[in-house]
Amino acid sequence: MRTLPAYHNFAPLFEKSIALRKHWWKILSLLLLIYTIIGGFLLDVPRLFILNETIRNLYFHVCMWMGMMVLFITSVIYSIRYLLKFNYREDIYASNFAAVGTFFGILGYLTGTIWANYTWVTDQHQSLANILKEPKLIGAAIALLIYGAYFVLRASFTDIDKRARVSAVYNIFAFAMLFPSIWIIPRLVGSLHPGSPGSDSGNPALNFNDIDSRLRMVFYPAVIGWTLLGVWISTLRIRFELYRDKNVLHG
Amino acid sequence: MQKIATLVKKDILLELRQKHSFYGVILYIAATVYVLYLSFPAAPEPNTWNSLFWVIQLFVCINTVAKSFLSESRGRMLYFYSISSPVDFIIAKLIYNVILMVIMSLISLILFFVFLENPVNDSLKFTGIVLLGGFSISLVFTLMSAIAAKAQQNAALIAILGFPVILPQLMLLMRLSRAAFGEVFREGAVLQLCGLVMLLNLAVGALAFILFPYLWKD
Repeated sequence: MRTLPAYHNFAPLFEKSIALRKHWWKILSLLLLIYTIIGGFLLDVPRLFILNETIRNLYFHVCMWMGMMVLFITSVIYSIRYLLKFNYREDIYASNFAAVGTFFGILGYLTGTIWANYTWVTDQHQSLANILKEPKLIGAAIALLIYGAYFVLRASFTDIDKRARVSAVYNIFAFAMLFPSIWIIPRLVGSLHPGSPGSDSGNPALNFNDIDSRLRMVFYPAVIGWTLLGVWISTLRIRFELYRDKNVLHG
Repeated sequence: MQKIATLVKKDILLELRQKHSFYGVILYIAATVYVLYLSFPAAPEPNTWNSLFWVIQLFVCINTVAKSFLSESRGRMLYFYSISSPVDFIIAKLIYNVILMVIMSLISLILFFVFLENPVNDSLKFTGIVLLGGFSISLVFTLMSAIAAKAQQNAALIAILGFPVILPQLMLLMRLSRAAFGEVFREGAVLQLCGLVMLLNLAVGALAFILFPYLWKD
């Protein structure tokens, strides 16, 4: 009679697959980003007047904003969940997603500055005041001001329950007002920004039909890769805070 | 409905009895406009005038609305908590602040006309836009004041919290007021912009009803 192999022989394999099932997206993020950086710098891109090679910034700059929006939306969802259940964990999630989102926003500004330096400033002779009035820059500035205020508000509380509740309220309110502004302002102010009404594409949002297929090959993986990286950083911060506050959470 | 009316009446009565804060805000407007008057060698250009007016409106609103929650003591809030619902309470506060802000807007408009001349072509239209603006700004700042009051903070926090949120509406209002400065708009565009501002006000109101109950309980 054949005997089945003992369970413990399989155990390491089984545990490994659990780890893989839990962490596959981190590996995916890493692979996508390696592809983004190598492919982003080496693959062929359309040659356009003024833009030239700066078009590669699409793989970095635009992805920062997309990552930022995803992180802010996640933060608001956790704020709503907090107000529904009053579970302190949700507040830790909301604040850390907001923090990493703000970091991505600042990176978006930095990558945008480098890009604008070679296109708007040197080739089109735009003044700084003109550049900062771009609707997309205004939208981004409002978002960063809102989350800056969110952290100032959080810092002014000593009671953690009160802090969680009031900052959740502000997070939801400010975010709900952010969307109309992203939608309205481009229609009030002219724009030079690629993918804006002033430019040829005719859509204030990013025009997805307008992207060259060569760019698309790297752009979509890049968006996913950077966003996953943002989520990964947030989860690390969240785990740290959950560990630090474990007495509050379980006591 | 009756409760809301009573709460509004209570706020107005308090205001009438403690006149110092009301006159304080008026003096604040007068002093600000006078400083502007002295700091401009000649009357400002229409566009500058417009921008100055709306920025001053923002600060006036912070000063007008700030005390609506900060002045309520802990004990009195507890009393309101026991006699009325949060929705009634926030509606009453919103109505009261809108009334107050509309009065203050008109006063600052008159002072602007007196001191900084009147570059507006259509004064009646501009007055209408100012009333609409006062209405919108006071709604947002009422809610911000409720949040800042929870943080035991002063008016500075209201400004930090409120400015990024009010920006889109303020830009709409500044754009809209150019209609009164003689700029020709596309047919129906003025009404469309007014509609947009009202829509945003509706959104602020709805959010206030949903979110205020969470701020209220301690």
